[in-house]
Amino acid sequence: MKITEDTIRHVAKLARLAVSDEDVAKLAPQLSDIMDYNEQLQSVALDDVPPTSHPFELYNALREDEPRPSLPREKALANAPDTDGEQVRVPAVLEG
Amino acid sequence: MAFETVIGLEVHVELKTKSKIFCGCQTDFGAPPNTNVCPICLGHPGTLPVLNKEAVELALRAATALNCKINQDCKFDRKNYFYPDLPKGYQISQYDQPIGEHGYIEIDVNGERKRIGIVRVHLEEDAGKSMHAADGSHTLVDYNRTGVPLIEIVSEPDIRSPEEARLYLEGIKSIMQYCGISDCRMEEGSLRCDANISLRPVGQQEFGQKAELKNMNSFRNVQKGLEYEVQRQAEILSSGGTVVQETRRFDEATQTTVSMRSKEEAHDYRYFPEPDLVRLRVDDEWLDRVRASLPELPLEKRDRYMKELQLPVYDAGVLTSDIDIANYFEAVVEAGVDPKSASNWVMSDVLGYVNAEGLTIQQFPVKAEQLAGLIQEIASGKISIKQGREVFKIMCETGKDATVVIREKGFEQISDEGALVAIVEEAIAKNPKSVEDYRAGKEKALGALVGQVMKATKGKANPAVVNKMILERIRG
Amino acid sequence: MPIHTVKEIVESLKRRETTPVDWTSASLKEISQHDSKVQAFLHVDEEGAMNRAKSLSENGNASLFGVPYALKDNLCTEGIRTTAASRILENYIPPYSATVVKKLEAAGGVLVGKTNMDEFAMGSSTENSAFQKTKNPYDLNCVPGGSSGGSAAAVAAGMVPFALGSDTGGSIRQPAAFCGVVGLKPTYGRVSRFGLIAFASSLDQIGPFTRTVEDAAYVMQAISGHDPLDSTSAPVDVDDFISGLSADVKGLKIGVVTDIDSEGLHPDVRAAVDKAVETLRSAGAEVVEVQLPHSQYAVATYYLIAPAEASSNLARYDGVRYGKRAVGETLLEMYERTRSEGFGMEVKRRIMIGTYALSSGYYDAFYLRAQKMRTLIRQDYEAAFEQCDVIVTPTAPTPAFRFGEKVDNPLQMYLNDMYTIPANLAGLPGISVPCGVSADGLPIGLQMVGRAFDERTLLRAAYAYEQLRGFAMPAPKVEG
Repeated sequence: MKITEDTIRHVAKLARLAVSDEDVAKLAPQLSDIMDYNEQLQSVALDDVPPTSHPFELYNALREDEPRPSLPREKALANAPDTDGEQVRVPAVLEG
Repeated sequence: MAFETVIGLEVHVELKTKSKIFCGCQTDFGAPPNTNVCPICLGHPGTLPVLNKEAVELALRAATALNCKINQDCKFDRKNYFYPDLPKGYQISQYDQPIGEHGYIEIDVNGERKRIGIVRVHLEEDAGKSMHAADGSHTLVDYNRTGVPLIEIVSEPDIRSPEEARLYLEGIKSIMQYCGISDCRMEEGSLRCDANISLRPVGQQEFGQKAELKNMNSFRNVQKGLEYEVQRQAEILSSGGTVVQETRRFDEATQTTVSMRSKEEAHDYRYFPEPDLVRLRVDDEWLDRVRASLPELPLEKRDRYMKELQLPVYDAGVLTSDIDIANYFEAVVEAGVDPKSASNWVMSDVLGYVNAEGLTIQQFPVKAEQLAGLIQEIASGKISIKQGREVFKIMCETGKDATVVIREKGFEQISDEGALVAIVEEAIAKNPKSVEDYRAGKEKALGALVGQVMKATKGKANPAVVNKMILERIRG
Repeated sequence: MPIHTVKEIVESLKRRETTPVDWTSASLKEISQHDSKVQAFLHVDEEGAMNRAKSLSENGNASLFGVPYALKDNLCTEGIRTTAASRILENYIPPYSATVVKKLEAAGGVLVGKTNMDEFAMGSSTENSAFQKTKNPYDLNCVPGGSSGGSAAAVAAGMVPFALGSDTGGSIRQPAAFCGVVGLKPTYGRVSRFGLIAFASSLDQIGPFTRTVEDAAYVMQAISGHDPLDSTSAPVDVDDFISGLSADVKGLKIGVVTDIDSEGLHPDVRAAVDKAVETLRSAGAEVVEVQLPHSQYAVATYYLIAPAEASSNLARYDGVRYGKRAVGETLLEMYERTRSEGFGMEVKRRIMIGTYALSSGYYDAFYLRAQKMRTLIRQDYEAAFEQCDVIVTPTAPTPAFRFGEKVDNPLQMYLNDMYTIPANLAGLPGISVPCGVSADGLPIGLQMVGRAFDERTLLRAAYAYEQLRGFAMPAPKVEG
């Protein structure tokens, strides 16, 4: 299955990856090869087969509604690249 | 051309749990920024979610109260998108198997009962809060709200006017509050609403092009925004134009709606089953327990007040608008007070005081039983209505029982004829002119005689008894 | 003092012949002698390890009391840098520890360092580490396998008696095979994933690298069990793995897969595995033929499910709350630059495949079909286990390959996992035990796969084979 360079650019955008023209030229045939290989699943009749999301069906892993201590703020923000001491700071979110 | 308005609402309601949906952080509103956070809700590498049972319980209550079919075997999915206040880069939500589907609520529009369909109710996690700098230079993010449990309630496009939209929201809010699901404080963001609105020529089956409306922070603004949108779209359509499918924001300052984005980015949320959570199975026992624990819902209660307690529609509506008011009212009635008297006192005096003081009914210092005691003192004739109001005021200030206040104030009425006879006869004897006037047809003259008795008893005489005694003596 | 097995260390400490400090010093010394060549470690915590060993002198009852160990660098350690061998987490210091780390701490273990890996566990050679290339101790020109190559090499080179790795498609078993050590991937849900930096959530599982099967049982005993912090961890009782070990294979049914494509199978690997089966048969095990008809689709299934989950799991690395952030005028620019500079090529490739497979219009054709195929693969195993107790295959089709050999052909690299991937898709436990050496002197691994939550039988079979095989693995060159 041929994955075009436009598709590569679209998918990269969805994944928030900046890709150079070079990357795109390299990724398009690689992803095409991999998806070609994955195409073999199309040849098997699977209509009546239920999907598996987990190897074993478990149900209701629930916890009681009991508050537990949160992190001290300094610790919560310790790894953040940029803060104002109380909140995490990021570049302006532009609409659109 | 005449148009019909078509509105569908998406309402997000924060659930009243003590801890977040997938971690143990607290959910209290107004905590200092980034103090209710932990590695899990901050989406640190390696952390995993564990579902809060109470969040499921409250979502089940909501879906059941909204008459939904419950999906007793359902799952969670990831909704993938990037935003700084969404720590994991995906929101855990429910996609194709919501906890509830195909429900409805009823509202009364101009005296007629109308059913609004509910497409689905699903459980999900809230995102954090982004504060955009006024100069557009940066954005600050607070993750306290990240992971607070939410339900999203999606209505069918059954709403036909902005007023109906407001009534629908009021209906949802009171059901949520009745069932202890949410505080539904729109100003704190614990209830949020987006609207889809379109117009179509009357009689046309297919829907028109719709606009999505956001940023309405009160029920009034929902109605205002929709009213503006009806007018805007009608003008476009009447002049032969077409409505652009877009997201619009309600602008409170101008009371209009404005387009939010020029280029609408096509969303591709890449939903897939959340592999870090297991399926949720609600067995019959659990569901039965939830059903049995639901209280009488607002509309049922209103109907009952009108039918069984013979209250006017207005009274019934006011008293049932809030579960706490209804409970208070019912406690007054249960203490033996006639429903209409109880309604009058609760609606005018109690709500008047509470609203003026900015209290909730639960903070109101006079307990229902105490109010009932006061009303009974008046009914028995022990004190006058006028005195009753004064006693009520003191009770509000002191929290004392009516009997105590009446005693302390010396407000007890003299209703015993034997105790009054000498004073009544003296008043008649000393005021022959008034007696003559009354006999000559001037009924007002009676008041002067009663006034004399009241004066002599320092206002303690029961006016009704005095009236009766004087009439017995001066009528021919 | 050379590093011994876990069992020997535990027993020596119990007899009070040695102290925890002796073993920690020995381990640190081995690391300082060999790791400049092997480069198994990304971080060695000498000070922390020595302090910990000293603090242990009094309390000697815990099961791994005083035993030094290493962790793959995708296991979060509070206060100790954890990178998943990625630039994007280069300076990340977790505010919490993984459940397995807490369990090993409670068991008395001494953490000496964090090991190299393929970035975010994506790879089969550890060449995808953003920081360094780990060498195979048996041949420094060869890869150690991956993605847990650092942990495998550290154990093989005798620097630690055991290490933990993670296995999503073979990332414990394949490097164990390449480095001549024992590697066990437990049943999905047997060991808590809390604190394991996720690659593919429905496939990932943590497990041990050891020099003997018995040691693997010791470590499994310490790290297994239900964890309320991991919803997918199974509420299943933990057996006594150690007491189940026995060299007796009478009555044990060994399944040999007859319908697996062996086109790329190296003749030395084939010979070694055939010989291992013969060894078990002649010791009294019953060898039966089984079929896994859908395992031919396992690699394709895996390379849809794993990247799809990964594309979502790795969305959190956005430069906002932790990790690397690149400069950008706008948020979008910051996101794209951070992720492009922070992730290596293979990680980007898999994020792209996964994003594509989940995107609108392709979900049903790819992701959903892969999930359905996963059901058939699971059912194949269920049928096979009606006839046998463990299924035996090679761990990898070839011995360790040379650096750079497969880097430019991702698909070739992926096919190296053909024998290990099916067990991940089915959630079953699998172990790799050394079963010989190639003509070039490189180790070869025998894979055994067992029933769900039956690690006891799996360990017993592996232990029996290890006792019966009749040779000891030659010491790697790096030691000599």
